[in-house]
Amino acid sequence: MILWYGIVIIAVGLIAAVLCFVASARKRGPNDYTLGATLLGALLLLVQIVISAIAPAAGNPPEGDPLEFWMYLIIAFLLPPGAAFWALVDRTRWANLVLAVVNLSVAVMTYRMLVIWG
Amino acid sequence: MEQICGAPVQRGGGRLELVSDSRNRDVAVDGDSGAVGEWLSGVGSVLIAVYIILAIAATARSVFQILTRFDEAPLAYTLSAVAGAVYILATVALIMGRRRERRVWRALAWAALSFELAGVLTVGTLSLTHPEIFGHETVWSLYGAGYIWVPLVLPVLGMLWLRREGTTEDPEPTPDPNESLY
Repeated sequence: MILWYGIVIIAVGLIAAVLCFVASARKRGPNDYTLGATLLGALLLLVQIVISAIAPAAGNPPEGDPLEFWMYLIIAFLLPPGAAFWALVDRTRWANLVLAVVNLSVAVMTYRMLVIWG
Repeated sequence: MEQICGAPVQRGGGRLELVSDSRNRDVAVDGDSGAVGEWLSGVGSVLIAVYIILAIAATARSVFQILTRFDEAPLAYTLSAVAGAVYILATVALIMGRRRERRVWRALAWAALSFELAGVLTVGTLSLTHPEIFGHETVWSLYGAGYIWVPLVLPVLGMLWLRREGTTEDPEPTPDPNESLY
């Protein structure tokens, strides 16, 4: 992994989590901002998938177990679209809380990925 | 957690409405009726979402552990797999048991949540007292510290929700036409 890029994903995840949490606390349903922030996380993770596939060939191999790393990465990538789909069906403020939880999970999982990569 | 005042009463259609004190409570934004029911239903859906994530996380991790390093700690990793399976069961039971009439699913949800709470307390304690056997990372080690203590808090919240939801009428905002005769 590229350290600064991992930190960007974590930062976006945390900011998106706060944004979605605040929106939920203000009793707002999911909107372009909360959904956009969540899908931005998914986009960053998609780029991370490409980076992780290329990195070993570019002289940046993982120190930890590649299988464990990829399990984290794939699941983290699938969470935001899943939550976004949830938010499209459930238009209440609770969907924003679900988005917040998922964005927080993405941040935590990206941190774990950085640790595994070494 | 927000406390809800105002006595819920049952109206003709089986819907919930607050008699008084509804002005500054969470009405209006989410829908048109039943603040308490809406609130419980909303909390329930968030609980289910968190359970889905935890079930995926615990199961994926245990699959990885069993595939790669089962010999290191067979007991801890077997327990990890059991925990993952119970999280899946709890998720399904909570989804299916959202309507009170589904008593079997509700009972299953209670059983799964009780098992989880017992598991996180037992394994959490054992991971401190017997680190040579339970020191390996599992979802329940150190009372779920690796998952920000979500495994410790979640079954308690789930049981509170099951209990609260069981005492009020019709928390479902979109009643199933086939079952609305209840």
